[in-house]
Amino acid sequence: MRYALLVYETEACVKARHDPEYQAAYNAYIKAIYGSGVAFAGSGLQDAATTTTTYRLVGGERHIQDGPFADTKEQLAGFFLIDVPDLDKALEWAARCPSTERGGIVEVRPALEQPK
Amino acid sequence: MDPVELAARASYGRLLSILAVRTHDLAGAEDALAEAFLAAVTQWRIDGVPRNPEAWLLTAARRKLVDTARRRRTRDEKHVLLQVNVDEAEDADFFGDERLRLLFVCAHPAIDAAVRTPLMLQTVLGLDAARIASALRVAPKTMGQRLWRAKTKIRDARIPFDVPAEELPERSFAVLEAIYAAYGSGWEDIAGAGAASRGLTEEAIWLARLTVRLLPEEPEARGLLALMLYAEARANARRGEDGAYIPLSEQDPSRWDPHRIAEAEALLLKAARMGRVGPLQLEAAIQSAHLDARRSGSSADRAVSLLYEALVQMAPTLGVRVAHAVALSKTDGPTRGLSLLDAIEPSASHDYQPYWSARAHLLERLGRRDDARDAYDRAIGLAEEDGIRRWLLAKKRALGETADASGRARDGV
Repeated sequence: MRYALLVYETEACVKARHDPEYQAAYNAYIKAIYGSGVAFAGSGLQDAATTTTTYRLVGGERHIQDGPFADTKEQLAGFFLIDVPDLDKALEWAARCPSTERGGIVEVRPALEQPK
Repeated sequence: MDPVELAARASYGRLLSILAVRTHDLAGAEDALAEAFLAAVTQWRIDGVPRNPEAWLLTAARRKLVDTARRRRTRDEKHVLLQVNVDEAEDADFFGDERLRLLFVCAHPAIDAAVRTPLMLQTVLGLDAARIASALRVAPKTMGQRLWRAKTKIRDARIPFDVPAEELPERSFAVLEAIYAAYGSGWEDIAGAGAASRGLTEEAIWLARLTVRLLPEEPEARGLLALMLYAEARANARRGEDGAYIPLSEQDPSRWDPHRIAEAEALLLKAARMGRVGPLQLEAAIQSAHLDARRSGSSADRAVSLLYEALVQMAPTLGVRVAHAVALSKTDGPTRGLSLLDAIEPSASHDYQPYWSARAHLLERLGRRDDARDAYDRAIGLAEEDGIRRWLLAKKRALGETADASGRARDGV
């Protein structure tokens, strides 16, 4: 079963990206989640507040704006796509994500079944 | 848990077991008991607390059961009415304790092993599903469904609450195993335990105490309680001021709890006198040997290695196999330990943090620094606790950035 682990971070959490201890922990997490053959894709994302551009059509009219679609305290900061037997295993990997020690949140979302 | 909460829990499990044992309907008994507690809140405020609150609650819950059976007009109606009437006729001031049968039903072989622990926590201790789910790191919805399925199965398949004598040892072990699972791997020194996984340790110890009382002839029950008390005795010493993990070899024995250790020693001694060794007694004995050696300044390596040798024959779980490899590496060298780790199937070890910590440690001792760094990374990435994570990061840093020190490898002992 495929799941997306969506990592939401607060401003403080994003700033911690420069902390070497946090970097080392994150590198190890990435190494473990790929090394175990669990993750098949994923990436960290740049700061949502300053680098996001949103595109949408409103009544057929094109709207392009700076900033994220939803203005929330937590921003999407990265994601992993994983393949594990069940939700229990997915939660196990979510619990290991170093972001959670810094106030981050990991959302576990089952992926839609791929067309056969 | 405070004393009032403990007393409430003790009553809850006792009352629920009495209600459910007759009807086989755990969910129905839970609902009835919840309604009885609710009625007590208003009724006792008006009339005062009854002379025997438990008897009052039991009578109230039984009437709710009858009401429900009448309302549903189930085919079991007569059965319920009959049972309840028989029970009502009993002396309301004196009723027994059916919690042992409740524990046995929770650990019945037809009940999925993954739901046995939550089922016990909910029925014997009255914990709510959401709390159990978080503590056991399971989605609340999944937990709710699993509990519901298990209860439905117990009722519809009429899973017996009685245990035939010949099945008693096996079923007792299943009960103990489920309680141990509630405690988690907190005792495991190599894995350590932080706040997140310590959520149910008190509940687990409470259940183990209950089981010792209900199964006085089962030495493994004492073994389990001893094992948990040894681990709890070191709980404070296992964390530094900053929350960093401290392994057993670096702990300050003056921070251990002498009362818990004394209680554990007494339990283990009594269990040993019964003359039936089991895996839980062995695990407790390993803890005992470690503590003894630390306090006397001697080495427990030989004793621990031998105990693991016996344990791995009896219960070759993944955790035991890894710990055995580490124990053997101290008496027979890291190469021997590593060969035991190599024998563990990758499908089992790939996401098991203690395996990678152990592997990193043994590779380090062999002077294979690059491999050790890789293994440390895997262990760090698998850590769920920040204390453990930081401890492993420090161990990796201490390795330095240099490549393999060929020729300068330590002798490995």
